Amino acid sequence: MPQQLTRVLIVFVVLVSALVVARHFLIPKTFGEKGHYRTAGLEAVVKQPIHYAGREACTPCHPEIVETHRKARHQTVACEVCHGPAAAHTEAPTENRLPAPRERGYCPLCHGYDLSRPTGFPQIDPVAHNPLKACISCHNPHQPEPPHVPEECRACHGQIARTKAVSPHVLLPCTRCHNTPVQHKITPRTVLPDKPRTREFCGSCHAEGAPSPKEIRRVDLQTHGGRYLCWQCHYPHSPELD
Amino acid sequence: MNEKRLQPEAPVEEEISEERRAFLRACALGAPFLLGAFRGEAAEAPYNPHEHLYAMGVDVERCIGCGRCVEACKRENDVPREPYYFRTWVERYVVMTQGETAVDSPNGGIAGFPAVGGERGLLRTFFVPKLCNHCANPPCVQVCPVGATFSTEDGVVLVDKDYCIGCRYCIQACPYGARYFDPRSRTADKCTFCYHRVVRGLLPACVEVCPTGARVFGDLRQRSSPLGRFTRLTKIQVLKPHLNTEPKVFYANLDGEVR
Amino acid sequence: MESLQEVLRQVVGFVYPNEVELHWGLLIVVYPYITGLVAGAFILASLVRVFNVRELYPTYRLSLLTALAYLIVAPLPLLAHLGHPERALEIFLTPNPNSAMAMFGFVYAWYLMVVLLLEIWFDYRKDLVLWSQRQGGVRKWLRLALTLGATDLSPQALRFDQGAGRVITIIGIPSAFLLHGYVGFIFGSVKANPWWSSVLMPIVFLFSAIVSGIALMLLFYLLTTLFRSKPIDMACLDKLAMFLFYALVLDFSLEMLDFIHRLYEAEESIHILSQLVSGRLFLSLVVLQALLGTLLPLLVLGLVSPALHRRAMLALPDELRRLLYAGAAVLIQIGIFSTRWNVVIGGQLFSKSLRGLTVYKMQLLGLEGLFMAALLVLLPLLVLGLLVALLPPWPDAEEHPAQG
Repeated sequence: MPQQLTRVLIVFVVLVSALVVARHFLIPKTFGEKGHYRTAGLEAVVKQPIHYAGREACTPCHPEIVETHRKARHQTVACEVCHGPAAAHTEAPTENRLPAPRERGYCPLCHGYDLSRPTGFPQIDPVAHNPLKACISCHNPHQPEPPHVPEECRACHGQIARTKAVSPHVLLPCTRCHNTPVQHKITPRTVLPDKPRTREFCGSCHAEGAPSPKEIRRVDLQTHGGRYLCWQCHYPHSPELD
Repeated sequence: MNEKRLQPEAPVEEEISEERRAFLRACALGAPFLLGAFRGEAAEAPYNPHEHLYAMGVDVERCIGCGRCVEACKRENDVPREPYYFRTWVERYVVMTQGETAVDSPNGGIAGFPAVGGERGLLRTFFVPKLCNHCANPPCVQVCPVGATFSTEDGVVLVDKDYCIGCRYCIQACPYGARYFDPRSRTADKCTFCYHRVVRGLLPACVEVCPTGARVFGDLRQRSSPLGRFTRLTKIQVLKPHLNTEPKVFYANLDGEVR
Repeated sequence: MESLQEVLRQVVGFVYPNEVELHWGLLIVVYPYITGLVAGAFILASLVRVFNVRELYPTYRLSLLTALAYLIVAPLPLLAHLGHPERALEIFLTPNPNSAMAMFGFVYAWYLMVVLLLEIWFDYRKDLVLWSQRQGGVRKWLRLALTLGATDLSPQALRFDQGAGRVITIIGIPSAFLLHGYVGFIFGSVKANPWWSSVLMPIVFLFSAIVSGIALMLLFYLLTTLFRSKPIDMACLDKLAMFLFYALVLDFSLEMLDFIHRLYEAEESIHILSQLVSGRLFLSLVVLQALLGTLLPLLVLGLVSPALHRRAMLALPDELRRLLYAGAAVLIQIGIFSTRWNVVIGGQLFSKSLRGLTVYKMQLLGLEGLFMAALLVLLPLLVLGLLVALLPPWPDAEEHPAQG
């Protein structure tokens, strides 16, 4: 074997051996046990401290509140949403008392009107709704049903109400078109209002010769969009004017 | 209807027995046998990761954009408070009848969203919570050069903060923007599905505090669970399915405008 | 933090909250620029060795040393960029076989050890032995050590050197392709990023590397010869310019192919990418990369060098011609650096939501700053200076045993 080759091979063997030895000493001991990672890394995540106790932790010490709360409208709202992380409180309750938001600013985080909130979610105008009073002066946060049943639909359907308010249908009350059982305000998702089922319903104002103010736009009910119910094309809360 | 006149609640001053307190402490957090289970040591009812496969459901129609989830996540996991580091965040979409869709996420939605007028001309608008999708085929795990990020046997993608070299390749590889570079540890970081809570039978912090039940957490290996019902009764989508990352966060009522 | 506040203010449209901050900055632009020069310089050397382009012989050894100098410096920007450079060894201890970045560590090691160092060693061995016999000082001992004790200068030994060098160069050409093509693959395989994700990315990276390497060697040959007050071999320079022209044509064609392909297919990302190119990247892409970095040099080289016509389309006196070559080479360096910028920074300036753009705030000081980047780009010159002092690459420095 030529001299050059032996010298080069010696160098390579030395380097590779050094790498093999180094690997043995430097690779972390828990690496590769469960996969291409250190089990110690997994354990480090598991050892992270816990700050939120979970709503089940409140029940043993506060059963009455929990009992009230779980049947009321805020039943899906966890205790720690308003009272903050409670794990320290379960460890040492009197040393780590939890805050309870009493100022007006907190409830509108969820209940302040935002047009992107889903329809049916109760919303108020945080400035205009009973100004200067604390929310809790009328609403028990654990049983927040309002002191009076809201008369207007806009309490839960604010976006629709505001849309309608700047449309030609502003003067029509919601109940003109939607028969709304009283139960809808109690169990909204199970008892729903209905919608007009005939073209003649809209025709009572919009048909040619209908007994309605003459400013109202008219169509020939026989020919205009014959096969459809009116609201299958037109959005009644903001009827598009061509 | 009820004409209750309500007073602000008096603070609770119950007598809570010592037994109750002891029971609570025993149930609580950080039982050492859990750690032993990871090493296969014998214990009473050890946690067996093979029995679980964690996933999450998000119902877009229920999200009200209150940002409590973002706040709870930052508190539970000690995430830096600046607006550039999020393990979860909420986006608002406003689709108009004319013009472009507007999307925003002010400070991740942690304090809610500023009012935007424009009921007139509005077509659709909604909130979308986002987080790490804990993909079954995660591109971030694929590209990590050293094995500092990995999928656990129960389907959660984690970061080993003491092993990560901070090359940030995983942050580039995530199609969902779920990862960030923690300026304090100088490593990559992201949502862990609150793994430290989940292995103890608790819910992730964001799921715990969501007031409308928009977030649903569950175990795909458990036949009866809220997640099971969720995936049975709603039409499910995932984000960016064409990238074949096999996300495990399932969105119900997801709009086509969402990326 | 203040810089991130500034970035947040300048965000246009919507970006995911975690995307406000760019993660791969100036250092990651410098890195492919440097490895590109390595591959390019080496390809030039292999043109001499394997394809027997004799006119380029004066640049042969200089190209090898340049490749080595830049290769030595190449890991430094990466180390400076890591959040934990002290853990960098993990890439070699527990490499993830699915990770392009991890496997690149081995491609780099292979190229350094098996290709470049061995090729230089076999090429220089004879001279190392003779120089250490004839010259003294510190260099004598360094050179003797470098021979590894293989001091046989018999004709068979010298023939073995030649043969081994040739074999290594033949292996070296695909290795050089792999070295820089791999960097392109590291970007091109990221399916999350529509600006990076492309089959053409490794190819485009490779050809722009070749362009930058040849341009660099043209400059280095010119400058070192002038510095040593030796006559410039215009045949060599003309040949370099010709190859530079051909490489540039190939590179430009590939870039145009990528561009046209994107426009034609018009995938969803086209909207935000058009905004990116016409806005944030206009200066660095349209002006620096395309016009000044590619089209203008193409024009100059095409007219002035013998690439298109044996006597050149525009025959100019030697001094003017080499000045124009040098100018074209400098423009090309700027253009290729801009190419790297446009890929690395450009790919992070738009959101993966395809709805917005952020900005890159380049720092001046600090590990990721402009000064550090400038230092790293200039450091190979220092290393090259040391290598040239130890292993002079000039044809007239070569020793021949017959004269011994």
